[in-house]
Amino acid sequence: MTTATIDPTGTAPSTPRITLGTALSDAATITGRYLTHIIRQPRLLVFSTIQPVMFVLLFVYVFGGALLQSPAIQEYGSYKDFLLPGIFVQTVAFGATQTAIALAEDLNKGVIDRFRSLPIARSAVLVGRTAADLVRGFAVVMIMTVVGLIIGFRPQFFGLLAAIAVVVAFGFAMSWIYAVVGLSVPTSETAQAASFVVTFPLVFASAVFIPPTTMPDWLRVFAENNPITHVAEASRALATGIGGVAEPLLWSLAWIVGLLAVFVPLAVNRYRKMS
Amino acid sequence: MADTAAVQVEGLTKSFGETTALAGIDLQIREGTVLGLLGPNGAGKTTAVRVLATLLRPDAGRALVFGTDVVRQPAAVRTMIGLAGQFAAVDELLTGRQNLRMVGRLYHLSPAEVRTRSDELLERFDLVDAAHRPVRTYSGGMRRRLDLAASLLNRPRLLYLDEPTTGLDPRSRADVWQMIKALVNGGTTLLLTTQYLEEADRLADQISVIDHGRVIAEGTADELKSSTGGQVVEVRVTRAADVGRAVDVLSSIGDADATRTADHVATVVAERGVASVADAAEALRQAQLDVTDLALRRPTLDDVFLDLTGRAVEPEPSSNGDRPHGRARRGGAEARV
Repeated sequence: MTTATIDPTGTAPSTPRITLGTALSDAATITGRYLTHIIRQPRLLVFSTIQPVMFVLLFVYVFGGALLQSPAIQEYGSYKDFLLPGIFVQTVAFGATQTAIALAEDLNKGVIDRFRSLPIARSAVLVGRTAADLVRGFAVVMIMTVVGLIIGFRPQFFGLLAAIAVVVAFGFAMSWIYAVVGLSVPTSETAQAASFVVTFPLVFASAVFIPPTTMPDWLRVFAENNPITHVAEASRALATGIGGVAEPLLWSLAWIVGLLAVFVPLAVNRYRKMS
Repeated sequence: MADTAAVQVEGLTKSFGETTALAGIDLQIREGTVLGLLGPNGAGKTTAVRVLATLLRPDAGRALVFGTDVVRQPAAVRTMIGLAGQFAAVDELLTGRQNLRMVGRLYHLSPAEVRTRSDELLERFDLVDAAHRPVRTYSGGMRRRLDLAASLLNRPRLLYLDEPTTGLDPRSRADVWQMIKALVNGGTTLLLTTQYLEEADRLADQISVIDHGRVIAEGTADELKSSTGGQVVEVRVTRAADVGRAVDVLSSIGDADATRTADHVATVVAERGVASVADAAEALRQAQLDVTDLALRRPTLDDVFLDLTGRAVEPEPSSNGDRPHGRARRGGAEARV
């Protein structure tokens, strides 16, 4: 060709530039897709909303009385004030496993193949998916807060907002671990099973439900150094104003940054190299 | 524009562990034409498409799409291609329209284009009435059509269709064929993989037959058919259990070794035309086999494949074991007893 012609198909073979703007808008499109999924499954939405509410009510009314014998909990006046900021962490940790399940399912159905054949940022699908978890996690924590307030949870307002921000950010970081899991297992069932094996011990051997002081030594050491404990303690200190904030907060932020620094590149790399 | 190679593939290889999926294949597609990649399950068709769609890195060899290397400039390749996969990659929970709009946005079309193009494609693929329904309520044929529509949002210069009608009932298959035909008439370059010979016969300008990751024959459908030479005698027996005996009987007339080509069907190359049919008829009568059909016909692509690989292609998944192309047989020379 000697003259410049306008290609009627508009697809000249030049490498398209992917700017931060297009990468973010691609991710937003993917987030929209996953949030639409939530709306499209109303029964799933109802039950997955009831579940954390049920947890709050069961723990408060079944264990609350007995646990108030513990001096560490008495400090908070009621088990509600101890539990709520902690159980937020449990909720986002389990919620983050949705990333593994959804990605494994999309991989199996060939949806990821379609996305990978499109001229979009290599990070878009993963950022979009984890952002959807972030939105969902925030919504569920808000619902739990309202239920908590109704049954007598009395947090400090700005402290509570800060607590929710830390918890939700931690959930987002956890989602990236599950992104790696989701891209590494053959089916969504395996993704779910694998995620639970990781999540259960982390959540229960932590300071979410009780202070770890009564655990056997080996477990206590694990619980005290468990990131979920740090985030639960930071959330609790921020929301209630009881206990030192600085140490657990710094640990939490370090974990969030650390998890993102390790698992974002790992997940994106895995996504790029997938075959 | 001069004759541009839309796809140029040289010596492409890919192994997965011990399994060799591509053992060095060469392909070429001229712009505006349709290449049919024909082969049985596991021949390497899908692997080839995945490499060309930038989803998979080859071990060796080179693949260019409109002169752009798929390994070195995958992002540029992605702007030129559309891909409709074997397992319709549409989102079950979104509606048909939402699916198209999502893909349109990801192709960075303007919001107005996203809307008009989606509606246009829904119209073209006869999905307007179902556009507002979640895809999980769609039939298999509707999903394929939606998948096809999604692959066309950015008006790709080159479209890959990986087994577009596998698993569809004959009617839906005919619909999808019609829509593919319309695309091709509109000038889209197409790489079509299929294990259905009739599909390649109907849609492809050029056919590359692949088996065990190698191209074992290429040419137009007619060239491939005439390469088998002569005509074939085909016998259809009443009981599937008799087909083995029919093969023996046909082999005994002395032209060539006969083969079972479907549940009820045995075929042999007829070197002597009508004389072969007469001998076959006599031999079948003596063997006292119940025969529903005995015909002399031009070879089909089935016969070509059989001739090249020594194996029949997978039987078509239709209800009575009849292969659809049996209906097209009337075109060939035919003798009945």
